[in-house]
Amino acid sequence: MIVDVQHLKLESFHTKLGAKFVSFAGYRMPISYPLGVKGEHLQTRKAIGLFDVSHMGQIIIEGPQAAEALEKLVPAALQEMKPGQIRYSQLTLENGGILDDLMLTRWDKNSWGLVVNGACKFDDIKHLEQYLDASILMTHLEDLCLIAVQGPRARLALSSIMPEAADLVFMQSIRTTWNNIEIVLSCCGYTGEDGYEISIHKDHAETLAIKLTDLEEATWVGLGARNSLRLETGLCLYGNDLTRDTTPIEAGLIWSIQKRRRIDGGFLGAEVICKQIEIGVDRKRVGITPLDGRTPIRDHTLLKTEGGEIVGEITSGGFGPTHNGPIAMAYISHNVSAIETTLVAEVRGKTLPCKVCDPGFVKQHYIRAL
Amino acid sequence: MTMKYTREHEWLRIEGEIATIGITFYAQEQLGDVVFVELPDIDTNCDQGAEVAVVESVKAASDIYAPISGTIIEVNEDLSERPELINEDPENDGWFFRIRLDDISELDALLDEAAYQEFIQEEEL
Repeated sequence: MIVDVQHLKLESFHTKLGAKFVSFAGYRMPISYPLGVKGEHLQTRKAIGLFDVSHMGQIIIEGPQAAEALEKLVPAALQEMKPGQIRYSQLTLENGGILDDLMLTRWDKNSWGLVVNGACKFDDIKHLEQYLDASILMTHLEDLCLIAVQGPRARLALSSIMPEAADLVFMQSIRTTWNNIEIVLSCCGYTGEDGYEISIHKDHAETLAIKLTDLEEATWVGLGARNSLRLETGLCLYGNDLTRDTTPIEAGLIWSIQKRRRIDGGFLGAEVICKQIEIGVDRKRVGITPLDGRTPIRDHTLLKTEGGEIVGEITSGGFGPTHNGPIAMAYISHNVSAIETTLVAEVRGKTLPCKVCDPGFVKQHYIRAL
Repeated sequence: MTMKYTREHEWLRIEGEIATIGITFYAQEQLGDVVFVELPDIDTNCDQGAEVAVVESVKAASDIYAPISGTIIEVNEDLSERPELINEDPENDGWFFRIRLDDISELDALLDEAAYQEFIQEEEL
């Protein structure tokens, strides 16, 4: 099937900034800007990175008993959530696998905002249409852009133009206005840093982008550094680290399944997932670091025991500029998944000794309380 | 001393039967920040076109091919500790390895500087 490539509303804006583009999730997306992947990464950890993530899907779900209806499709506890609260969850499948991971924001009793991955959004919508009752209304907000403002200086800088930013803590969201334009301002992101995502109508996105560019120490960041930032802080990428064949428990995402849901189930794939919570998993997601401290281990590299038995595979691997060394995530057999277990990676026909580690190579810096 | 270039964006500085080999300024720009280099063993015999080294940037891993047949006689050990030399000074301090040439006539098929500049201009279009 040949599908026309989609264009970001701000494509010409990024072109003027000197962005290089790649095809990603069906969109022509900036991979890097003239500063380069490493510089963009370090600037985000040190000050502010700006990301155009308008390829992501923004969906509103509303109707009677919307929380109960959505709880049949995600393992997060939604009924207890307060207005303006965000939770991370997954759209699960009958086999316990993951169709997509997503953010859910409660707006009021019966109204929810979903942000889903760009590459999965049309599959997600089909899935939601299939499983949600006809009394539930779903709207795909295709006219919205999404701009992320991430990094330790983001809070102070953004508060100067959007005062509400100062009052938000991690996983809180508000509907407000900027320049008399309606926006949704959410305190969350995909870099492991404090920061925000701003949802805004496409007709006003460039005005906002220009304003954000003028923030002191802010730089635009492409997909290259977006990937190294998320991987360094142990965040999963759908398609690599999460798939239709991995469960939230294998992925180490049990923290995103609140207690009531672990016990009561009641979501797609609960039979498999709740059983794994009870008796454990055969394989799990871990971090991998080479013993030489310098050879990057890329996606799909096979991992073996020292005896040569294949025990897993790298799902995301590369170099972390802040960690200043190789970073990688893998799925490996449970019996070799203890931290410090020595394994060997097969890199270009040679064996590279490596060990199991925590997937968080760099500490996350979320602001959870003011 | 003669400079030669390949379509794989390597440069060769030829002094007698010895060629010093690295990647061009254009190549390092395309790669982005280099974070790791794997160099061949000394005394390795390689055929023209054989994979002899790997350079990894923040973006991806790329193979480096022997532009010429011969024996590896020296490698740039500094690159192990300071792979960024490839970005900072690709055509001098960022050299990869030295080869003793088997067949000097293989050089005839390589590009001179003018031809290489023309080649990268075409590639950019």
